Amino acid sequence: MGEVPERVLITKIGLDGHDRGSRIVASFLRDAGMEVIYTPPWQTIDAVVTMALQEDVDVIGVSSLATDHLIVPDLMQALREGGLEHIQVIVGGIIPESEHALLNRAGVKGIFGPGALREEIVARIRALAMDARALRDRA
Amino acid sequence: MSVRTRQMPLPGLEEEISEWRTEYAGQLGEGARIENRSGIEIKPLYTPLDWSEAAYSRDLGVPGRAPFTRGIYATMHRGRTWSQRQLIGLGTPEDYNRRVKALLEAGASAISLIPCNSVFRGNDCDETPLPLLGTCGSVVNTLEHMDTALQEVPVGRISTAMNDPSPFTLFAFLLGVAKRRGIPWQRITGTANQSDYISHFVANHMFFRLSLPGSRRVLLDHIEFCRARVPGWNPVSVVGQHMQQAGATPAEAMGFTLSTALQYAHDALARGMDPDTLLPRFTFFFDISISVFEEVAKFRAGRRIWARLAKERLGAKDPRSWRFKFHGQTSGVDLTQQQPLNNIARVTTQAIAGILSGLQSLHTDSYDEVIAVPSEGPARIAVATQNILREEAHLCDVIDPLGGSYYVEALTNQMEQRIEAVIAAMDAEGGMYKAVESGLVQKMIGKSARAHQEKIESGMEKVVGVNCYQSEDDAVQPEPYRPDAEAMRRHVEAFKRFKQARSQEAVARSLAALARAANSARENVFERIVEAAEAGVTHGEMVACLRKELGEGRPRIAV
Repeated sequence: MGEVPERVLITKIGLDGHDRGSRIVASFLRDAGMEVIYTPPWQTIDAVVTMALQEDVDVIGVSSLATDHLIVPDLMQALREGGLEHIQVIVGGIIPESEHALLNRAGVKGIFGPGALREEIVARIRALAMDARALRDRA
Repeated sequence: MSVRTRQMPLPGLEEEISEWRTEYAGQLGEGARIENRSGIEIKPLYTPLDWSEAAYSRDLGVPGRAPFTRGIYATMHRGRTWSQRQLIGLGTPEDYNRRVKALLEAGASAISLIPCNSVFRGNDCDETPLPLLGTCGSVVNTLEHMDTALQEVPVGRISTAMNDPSPFTLFAFLLGVAKRRGIPWQRITGTANQSDYISHFVANHMFFRLSLPGSRRVLLDHIEFCRARVPGWNPVSVVGQHMQQAGATPAEAMGFTLSTALQYAHDALARGMDPDTLLPRFTFFFDISISVFEEVAKFRAGRRIWARLAKERLGAKDPRSWRFKFHGQTSGVDLTQQQPLNNIARVTTQAIAGILSGLQSLHTDSYDEVIAVPSEGPARIAVATQNILREEAHLCDVIDPLGGSYYVEALTNQMEQRIEAVIAAMDAEGGMYKAVESGLVQKMIGKSARAHQEKIESGMEKVVGVNCYQSEDDAVQPEPYRPDAEAMRRHVEAFKRFKQARSQEAVARSLAALARAANSARENVFERIVEAAEAGVTHGEMVACLRKELGEGRPRIAV
């Protein structure tokens, strides 16, 4: 990519407030030249959808360390209902393998567990942001 | 009869060491620089040049006496080993009750209650998405729920920690249960594990419910109430664990924690409390990382510094006030989702560090805790790990067995300096309350978290299965614990019915009294919480009332 930096919303939905991981990832993405919009934890799904729209983001990264990923399918549904299906969603944190299918079925485009490499995350977000822009422009 | 006197350092020693250094450098050259997590350079060898017995009386003394470096009691683990206190929290109150009874049977000697994240957020179950209920703790919203959770648990005979941030509703439910069972409050023992609102504000935001000034007020009311009415309860547990989990180095975590303890003590003294009534009920709660010697030095230095602070800065005269009592929890940050069974070895190592440090109470993580709330099998292994270390490993035969090691003593001194530098930085900011208000502490923690991550990424800090010894098949991933959805739905329905059936008038009256107390400096807010709990007011209602009156908690987060 290049001229226009990727716009990424890093957030936590649900109940958990552990944000060591999301803060570190946000700062890595910023170092990689992306525009990062970082929210405090406990966002409601509606708030995330509104923010994604207002900030015109390409990718949403949801951090989940304590089962909040279980409501990510609701977020996907809300994005579709809000006409934002072009936005690509990835999830990072502690996602038990047995629940990956739940997220994949809901349309999540990447799940990053502990040990995921910084370059891997950055590369995936770059690619997804390109997809998001192509989808948006087609719409 | 012979009296041995030694000149320190020993004659010829310096020369001998210099010869060793030449030989060492001849084989390894400069070698890689090794630094512990607190940033202290670690040398390959420690000798009497680094620490000498001439400093014994000043630095160490004997267990049970100031400066308490070697332990806070004369008998330490010979007299009584640590309390085996596992954190327990899952599902419905019935699920909790089953697990508690199983763990008591397996050898746990004290209990704790971790509530659901919805409870931490200050909400009741009927205002929370169903899939999130009970996944990370027990859904306890009322006195009735607490009664169910503690069925057949000998409250009043067993120490019962509540993971209960301000305004301490779970503790109020516990007191209500005791009253119902005819157990005098004087017999209730345990700890308000999450009373440290400052650590919640900076590091574990999910426990942060009320504004900073509101939390400050409620904590002081809670302390006053407990000192007068529940004398065996520890109303203050100052928590270094959250900060270390959030990224603070061990030295920073200890420094922040001691500064926080100073803040709470000064606040209480300003209200006219007496240091020797207050401080014997202060307890501490720490992370034990896998950096073994660093942790041992951290705790030994912490004991020494606290004794000095309690005496010199807080004016405590009773040596019981100088004792640094602490609960340790093996650090989750060191555990890995990759090859999860390896975590049993990590937890064992961390627990050994804690035991050698002379802790009073210990939680060992289950190996599956990286994935979810522990399942029963892994939870039993965690309890058994403590049993093995206590019964088989001969760790408790000698008090402070690492004391006198040149390395450990030198490192204890160096950690002490680092910790004191952190305390001095907090003092310069005007104390811990101001230092978290300004965001200084958050920035320091964020910086250290990132530095640690970079060390792992660069391979400087090795993590088996993550940046070395990776394996394609990450063994078997444990199945995550998830509560029974149907049982949880019934729990929420029953809660709704309970709310309809109680005396609405008593509820309204109690909430009005709580609101009034919050706005009056002469009333004790926690006393009103206890009354409201008995009147059937729910956790969420009490928190909502106080959020309205004292301000909602909005943690300050720095990226």
